[in-house]
Amino acid sequence: MASRVRKAVGRNVLRKEGHDKVTGAARYIDDLTFPGLLHARTIRSTIPAGEIARVRFKGDRGGFTLVDHHDIPGRNIVALIDDDQPCLAERTIRHAAEPILLLVHDDREKLLAAEVQIDYRPSTPNYDPETSAVTFKTIAIDKGDLDAGFAAADVIVEGEYRTGHQEQLYIETNGVIAVPGDSVTGADRGITVYGSMQCPYYVHRALMILLGLPAEKVRVIQTETGGGFGGKEEYPSIIAGHAALAALKTGRPVKLVYDRVEDMLATTKRHPSIVRHRTGVTKDGRLTAVDIDAVFDGGAYATLSAVVLSRGMIHAAGPYRCDHIRIRGRATMTNTPPNGAFRGFGAPQTQFAAEVHMDRIAERLGLDPVRIREINALRPGDTTATGQRLGKDSSALQVLREAVKRTEFKKRRRALARANGPAEAGRHGAAKGIGLSLFFHGSGFTGAGEVKLAAKASLALTDRGARIHVASTEIGQGTRTMLAQIVADALGVKYDDVDVNAADTGEVPDSGPTVASRTCMIVGRILERCAEEMRARLGRLTPRQYLRTFGPLVITKQYERPAGMVWDDTLYRGDAYGSYGWGCDVVEVDVDRDTFEVRPTAFTSVHEIGKAIHPAFAVGQIEGGSAQGLGYALLEEVVMRDGRMANATLTNYIIPTSLDTPPMTIVLLENPYPHGPSGAKGVGEMPIDGPAPAVVNALRHAGFDLREIPATPERVMVASK
Amino acid sequence: MTSVPFVSFVLNGRRKKLAVHPMKRLLDVLREDCGLTGTKEGCGEGECGACTVLLDGTPVNSCLVPAAHADGARVTTIEGLGGRHRLQRAFVEHGGAQCGICTPGMILAAVALGPRPSLQTIKVGLAGNLCRCTGYSAIYRSIRNA
Amino acid sequence: MPGSIATRTLLRPSSIDEALTMLRDEGPLVPMAGCTDLYVALNFGTLADTRFLDLSRLDALAAIDVRGGALSIGALATHTDLIRSPLVRRRLPMLAAAAREIGGVQIQNRGTLGGNVANASPAGDTLPVLAAADATVVLRSAGATRRVPFNAFYTGYRQTVRRPDELIVSFEIAPIRGRQAFRKVGTRAAQAISKVVMAVVAGEAPRVAVGSVAPTVIRARRTEAALAAGASIADAQRVLLEEIAPIDDIRSTAEYRRRVAASLLAGLLSARRP
Repeated sequence: MASRVRKAVGRNVLRKEGHDKVTGAARYIDDLTFPGLLHARTIRSTIPAGEIARVRFKGDRGGFTLVDHHDIPGRNIVALIDDDQPCLAERTIRHAAEPILLLVHDDREKLLAAEVQIDYRPSTPNYDPETSAVTFKTIAIDKGDLDAGFAAADVIVEGEYRTGHQEQLYIETNGVIAVPGDSVTGADRGITVYGSMQCPYYVHRALMILLGLPAEKVRVIQTETGGGFGGKEEYPSIIAGHAALAALKTGRPVKLVYDRVEDMLATTKRHPSIVRHRTGVTKDGRLTAVDIDAVFDGGAYATLSAVVLSRGMIHAAGPYRCDHIRIRGRATMTNTPPNGAFRGFGAPQTQFAAEVHMDRIAERLGLDPVRIREINALRPGDTTATGQRLGKDSSALQVLREAVKRTEFKKRRRALARANGPAEAGRHGAAKGIGLSLFFHGSGFTGAGEVKLAAKASLALTDRGARIHVASTEIGQGTRTMLAQIVADALGVKYDDVDVNAADTGEVPDSGPTVASRTCMIVGRILERCAEEMRARLGRLTPRQYLRTFGPLVITKQYERPAGMVWDDTLYRGDAYGSYGWGCDVVEVDVDRDTFEVRPTAFTSVHEIGKAIHPAFAVGQIEGGSAQGLGYALLEEVVMRDGRMANATLTNYIIPTSLDTPPMTIVLLENPYPHGPSGAKGVGEMPIDGPAPAVVNALRHAGFDLREIPATPERVMVASK
Repeated sequence: MTSVPFVSFVLNGRRKKLAVHPMKRLLDVLREDCGLTGTKEGCGEGECGACTVLLDGTPVNSCLVPAAHADGARVTTIEGLGGRHRLQRAFVEHGGAQCGICTPGMILAAVALGPRPSLQTIKVGLAGNLCRCTGYSAIYRSIRNA
Repeated sequence: MPGSIATRTLLRPSSIDEALTMLRDEGPLVPMAGCTDLYVALNFGTLADTRFLDLSRLDALAAIDVRGGALSIGALATHTDLIRSPLVRRRLPMLAAAAREIGGVQIQNRGTLGGNVANASPAGDTLPVLAAADATVVLRSAGATRRVPFNAFYTGYRQTVRRPDELIVSFEIAPIRGRQAFRKVGTRAAQAISKVVMAVVAGEAPRVAVGSVAPTVIRARRTEAALAAGASIADAQRVLLEEIAPIDDIRSTAEYRRRVAASLLAGLLSARRP
């Protein structure tokens, strides 16, 4: 094997599908059509809670097929964790926009013009997560002796912090096409579903159960996906189920693509949270007791609330050391559309609270925000809230110090405070502030999750190199490119000679979902091992020589948990994640004293991620995730009225435009994780943990005390009184 | 004169004559009648810019343009750039495209900025194109390095 | 998903006279120009109208020039036209400022001044400008031309005095004495619906017009009178708050709108903003 091939890892190689994306050749689900295609439309509940009394299709039924829960051959559930959510409502309605009926027709105009009248028996909805009678999950994390911790405190600081819903707002809406039979092989039984998604095997399993079909009769193929951010992690199982039912009933391919309004009304959002802190601290700034209580609003069905809560609670104390910690969290039900996965997955909510609280502690003690964090930041050898002893790859202090240095934080903080001067009535111009946040984010599934997933990856030898077979999906973050770089180097071939198979359950093993910042660290490592073995098997032969001599070669490997990792799921103690990424954000804001509009003017983000496989793509994740975090902090608000999103259009749900996004300085640090490919950890989610608390801390510095996001001008105005 | 039964326009340099309803959205005419699916629908309300095409050289949201308004005009879609346009190359080389769904509209809006635009010109000129993946920075880098 | 088009009809006149004849004889017809509001309704399935009159070929309606000393802006002038017009920038800079704040370039390239006025949203960004400018709306029908003061054009929420057989053809603005100022406070830096939008002419005969604080755009006449009589800014703000009636809606709150309207008044009158 030639060993003079230029290394791909660490270089900004060209995106595998980049040319297709810039020429319009990339095919997203709505770009596809099939002969005999029918269109479907979902009829949804218009009340938030109650029962269906009667469903009536009005007008001419010619050409229409109707699909309801009676047409479900298997079990009427969206298989996920709790299996409490029906695919199509039978009688009980638990949220507005709950799917009840599907209409199918070949003419889209007739489909849209059809009228269905539904009579309901409404019942009283509950929108308050704190008084809900239904708890999906509780989590308790205990470390040390909380009473002893408070006894040792000189000062106790309390606070309550709130975050709202956030809509993922992928620019491509949810969509699928279901085709009866195996669309690829031509076999005529079973079902094939193409679609925009992050996790083909989640959809595969959900369809098996919904349709009562064995694994080999269900085939799920991911199409080029225009953004996911978690919004296409579990939700596609529902839209795929709907299209599949319609396809099986009509015997024809059925396309179901949501328009923006429906997507915003009906699909999952980030869990709103209420997080309360009670913290004991010595007068010189050391944390002695951390007591946290969190309530997450799960919406009407459990979906992934248990796991969102889990990650949220594990990160709830922030990247800080303390011997006495108690964390209590619960996810409860409200009569609103179910909430689900969104980048960060519970950690943005709890770290928002932790970081705003930390600044308030600093203020109370007369310490600056950097000092309080330097004193308490986790160091290698320290233990986390779950008792995990951190390894050498723990970089809280490094990222903090780098960010402080790069932004001249302390100097800027003094200068801006002087520029603001004493508050006077009638002062004009902007009030200015600078704020920072320190955060961390575990990569991979929590605890024993990766062991249970038992992810697999396969590598097939090709004439010039290899082809990667994984269920991990490209959703913009660079999966295809990054995995090809890892394999190319481990195999000793050129990056261009490694290709990536489509994420087609008929052709790839289950590598687990594309979530939890695991694709590089977990799946990439499995592929690296495949490539290492393949290289050993090749010996001195080229791939072509090997194939001619020995025939095909496919190497499949499964996740291996690193030695020494221990986790107790009952006590919630142990090694929650293989590794953590570490980040520190600094933001400067201008607050218009006339309009209370907040403009971030400078943004710096330092991330330690083990190893940047593709530095430009890693920066891309940080810039993009940070922009979403700024939106979360300042602009993005889901207005709920009677349990239904009242601002479900892009005109009224506000994400940052180019003019809302500040220039960003991104710094990558590398402190390798021994079990990641080339030392890499995850990077996809962590960037969204930092901006919101940094912004709110900057606002505090500018003179506005907020405890809730989004920090809209209306809220800043109230805080100014 | 009443409703025009045909709409004639020059599409990516070639003449097209189509029997479409004059009020059909140009977006749908391009995607369905012309088979060019590079132009995308993201919102249907003129907010996201994923449907941006050039109409007589100026960027418009094709989801808000009736076919009748393309009659007699020059329409350029992403497919009309040929694949080797300096902006297309730059978006690949400098990370301007992540998931790619905003990319066709973004590139066409960038084409309309002309050569060597300043950062402020870029920011204003792209204010009608939403991107959720990149935070815009890599898009600016791509355009400035094109 | 787009609303149905199969049942809709589009008439495409090639002259203004032809258009007016069609309006008179083949109505009801909804005039259509840039389509940036109309097609949003179509896409959302909320457009009830089925018959449309396409004005897009009537180039004469896009002219911007000076007639008899007054600035004349054709109804079909796009927001981009307004931004670029040397005449508008010199004589009515607050209109160019407003046009710059509308949508992104794609919307500015298509949306028209006539459309913004006809759409009659209380949040329309050009409306306070035309109100403060004491513009005249020129309406034509097959038989006649009439001129209506812009400040008498709206009679209620989304209600105008335009008759079904009339077209807005242009706006006429007499020379303005005094410094023009405009500010829009929206939901974000670009592509925003206004929460409060204000146009002001400062000077001896001050004019104040505000949008998004009442069912229509309003001229704050009592505020103007107070200012002309020498009232302090603080007193003028108090009067303004009595003249506006903002509400809570999905975008903002009445309290915020009141506070900001008062701040904008002070800011625009004192030419404080950079």
